[in-house]
Amino acid sequence: MIMTVLRNWLSPLKYQGLRHSLQGLTLAIAASFSLGTHAEDNVLTVYTYESFTAEWGPGPAIKEGFEKQCGNCTIDFVALDSSAGILNRVQLEGENTRADVVLGLDTNLMAIAEDTGLLAPSGVNTSALQLPIDWESDTFVPFDYGYFAFVYDTEALASAPKSFEALINAPENVKIIIQDPRTSTPGLGLLLWMKAVYGDEAAEKWAALQPRILTVTKGWSEAYFSLFLNGEAPMVLSYSTSPGYHMEIDKTDRYQAAAFEEGHYLQVEVAALLESSPKKALGQQFLNYLIDREAQLSIPLGNVMFPVIDLENSLPPSFSKLIEPASTLLIPAEEIRDNRKQWIDEWLESSSAR
Amino acid sequence: MAGILVGQISRLQYSLNRTWPWWSGGVVALVVIMALTIAPLVSMLVEAGTIDWKTALSDTYTQRVVWFSLYQALLSTLLSLGCAIPVALALAHSPSFHGRRFLVTLFSLSLVIPTIVAIYGIVAVYGRTGWLSRAREIIDLEPLSFYGLSGILIAHVFFNMPLATRVMLTSLESIPQSNWRLARQLGMSSLSIWRFIEWPVLRGQLAGLALLVFTLCFTSFAIVMTLGGGPRATTIEVAIYQSLRFDFDIPMAVTLACLQLGICLFLTLLSTLFKTDSDIGFENVTELTKNTASSSLLINTALWDSRWQKLASLMFITAASLFVIAPLMALLISSVNSSTLSVITDSTTLRAIANTCIAALFSAVFAIGLALGLLVSARHLRIRLQYSRSGQWLQLAGNMILIIPPVVLGTGLFLLLRPYADVFSIALLLVIVINSLMALPFVLRIMDAPMMRTAEQHDKLIRSLGVQGFSRWRHIDWPQLRKPIALATAFAATLSAGDLGAIALFGSERVTTLPLLLYQRMGSYRMEEAAVTAGLLLLLCLTLFIVLQRLIGGKNRVVIT
Repeated sequence: MIMTVLRNWLSPLKYQGLRHSLQGLTLAIAASFSLGTHAEDNVLTVYTYESFTAEWGPGPAIKEGFEKQCGNCTIDFVALDSSAGILNRVQLEGENTRADVVLGLDTNLMAIAEDTGLLAPSGVNTSALQLPIDWESDTFVPFDYGYFAFVYDTEALASAPKSFEALINAPENVKIIIQDPRTSTPGLGLLLWMKAVYGDEAAEKWAALQPRILTVTKGWSEAYFSLFLNGEAPMVLSYSTSPGYHMEIDKTDRYQAAAFEEGHYLQVEVAALLESSPKKALGQQFLNYLIDREAQLSIPLGNVMFPVIDLENSLPPSFSKLIEPASTLLIPAEEIRDNRKQWIDEWLESSSAR
Repeated sequence: MAGILVGQISRLQYSLNRTWPWWSGGVVALVVIMALTIAPLVSMLVEAGTIDWKTALSDTYTQRVVWFSLYQALLSTLLSLGCAIPVALALAHSPSFHGRRFLVTLFSLSLVIPTIVAIYGIVAVYGRTGWLSRAREIIDLEPLSFYGLSGILIAHVFFNMPLATRVMLTSLESIPQSNWRLARQLGMSSLSIWRFIEWPVLRGQLAGLALLVFTLCFTSFAIVMTLGGGPRATTIEVAIYQSLRFDFDIPMAVTLACLQLGICLFLTLLSTLFKTDSDIGFENVTELTKNTASSSLLINTALWDSRWQKLASLMFITAASLFVIAPLMALLISSVNSSTLSVITDSTTLRAIANTCIAALFSAVFAIGLALGLLVSARHLRIRLQYSRSGQWLQLAGNMILIIPPVVLGTGLFLLLRPYADVFSIALLLVIVINSLMALPFVLRIMDAPMMRTAEQHDKLIRSLGVQGFSRWRHIDWPQLRKPIALATAFAATLSAGDLGAIALFGSERVTTLPLLLYQRMGSYRMEEAAVTAGLLLLLCLTLFIVLQRLIGGKNRVVIT
């Protein structure tokens, strides 16, 4: 009966998706018996976050460039809804994940990600890279970096707070949009930034900051594009590099980063191979391409971050007009690993207080 | 070739017509239900054994979440019932105005409209860029801060006030004529009527109704996830989801799931105290056709004839109608916009539509199958063997999901299956399992009485003629059960098509359904696309509801008008 219903009702629509989904269902049932199925040999599945694969992001150019280089292969970018979500996702999927490469974790999550035992050594030589810190990891390949900063709309806010203290004590109209540290690497970045600045007093400062927070979003994209650029709040947690994009592409100085006296927290974004991947050689080739000049060229204006190699004259001129952090803050990954849960609980606690 | 085929068919007919042991259906259904609920539960409890409960329970965040869940549910219940009483009275006192029937039907429809769709409508009215905020801007007021507790409360009242109103109205309309006659003869004032006639009737309903609304709000998922969700406004149900999908904090998820399970068990036990009312909400859906403009009340209008009473009734009815209609209007209006065409032709949307249909239809079939299995055996127990009690117990097995909230069941299934499979690739299957169990109590409610009736009416005849197996089904049961089955299928499919709980837990970019897509689009504040998606989902649910009833139940009647 139901099949007749299905057929009668849907066949006039020539419904392609239906057949796909039916196949999907059959496959799904089959997959539940034959475990850990991976896609064809020449498809490299890369878990990343949404803004990386967006039309204007670096994803499309990198995909095209790499596919040209490797000959007969395909990159399958899987855009997850947030950056820290990438780690959660491979943890949830465990050994059965179909990801070959994860792209978009950061320095803060490295130790935690390594502890899951799901990642494999990259085999990529990172010694020639130019980073603000020494790179020692064999597992992670850094592909860009930046400093967290609050970006403000000069049309809504004549002058921005110059420190956390000033932000906490700012007038009523200064509202910020931040990201959830459980799902977003900038969100976690802010948590650690506050921790690096305030240490044990961080919880109190979070409680004091509450009146300034308009909303907490799951990922960076919603906060920046959907809310901040639509004028929902005058300030948003982003990167010191963000104004570079507006200066280069939109040709406007309207959006600026607020330089904080306490210094800015560094984020290095990384990619890594999955231990369960049967295509490690292809994955390694991709990671090597990621730090190649060709791929790095799409980082400054694609991901709006600093490249990890010297692009010389190819670095957009506006990048020299960005704020210089008074000091660079970074908490060692191991310390984050040992304390993340406690710090997040602390954050949840001070954010759930009324 | 043809011979083989004929042989096959006759063998099939034989096997269909032979007597299956009466218990086979019940046992199969029972085993399936138990396997699908107990196994995940056990794997969860095994995990719970490793938890240090003392530290887990002294965690401030956990305590706040539990407290907030109870607090918001209590407030929602008070507000919903508080608003429902005057509205129900106003409707009872004005039994014959234009559009009354439409309004009362609309009040029941809020049970069929997918939660997430209504949430979109509510956001479109009360959200930061919604109608109300824009209206406030004109008179120079700050836009409303809507997310958080206030948003959750508005949405809960939107769903539960109409439900409570319907139930109260039904009981007000069932007040016997003799009472009214007495009131007229005694010349009672409207205050005494309230005190001696109306209030006692409502009071009888109130405890059960309050518990129902409280339970619904306590386990509410989509509303809290969409309108609250931040650390300040999270219920246990949403916190379970977050600890699993945000944190990969399995101990936390299990702790919260156990707490949720305990509280739901308590609420269920409590509801058996008011057992006549435990399924009130549902009666309203099954009786959508019933004309509620009760004639008995018509002659009583003289009792509330004063001008201010009429004015008060008018005010309450207008306010309630606006409250319920505005979000639906906002949705309908905004769902046609500049991105309508691109969303409808978008491959993600199309795939989500297909997935939604598949999930809905399979869940419905699965739920009906389980319900038939249970009921066939239960009626044998109850009618032929006269074991009425055990028959009812068998049926109660179908209500397991009322004790185990979908997100808890999902967490259990996740723990159970993770070592063996990538749960995200079998998302659709898991969604079907959870949704069909969710629909089962409703399906049982619809099919129970008709199933028993056909047996009671025809049992002697059936026995004397020796009709059994498939023939009995075809000639005696089917003609009578067709309509209830059609309604149950339609209801189960609609419920499943609009559900966000299971798919939120297991959905991903690989498997999305319309509710999840709508949630994501709202979550990333792409409101135009969200509007179209909401419109599509509503259209799909209504289509499923009507088409399934027509196809299965025959052309004559579609229960909705």
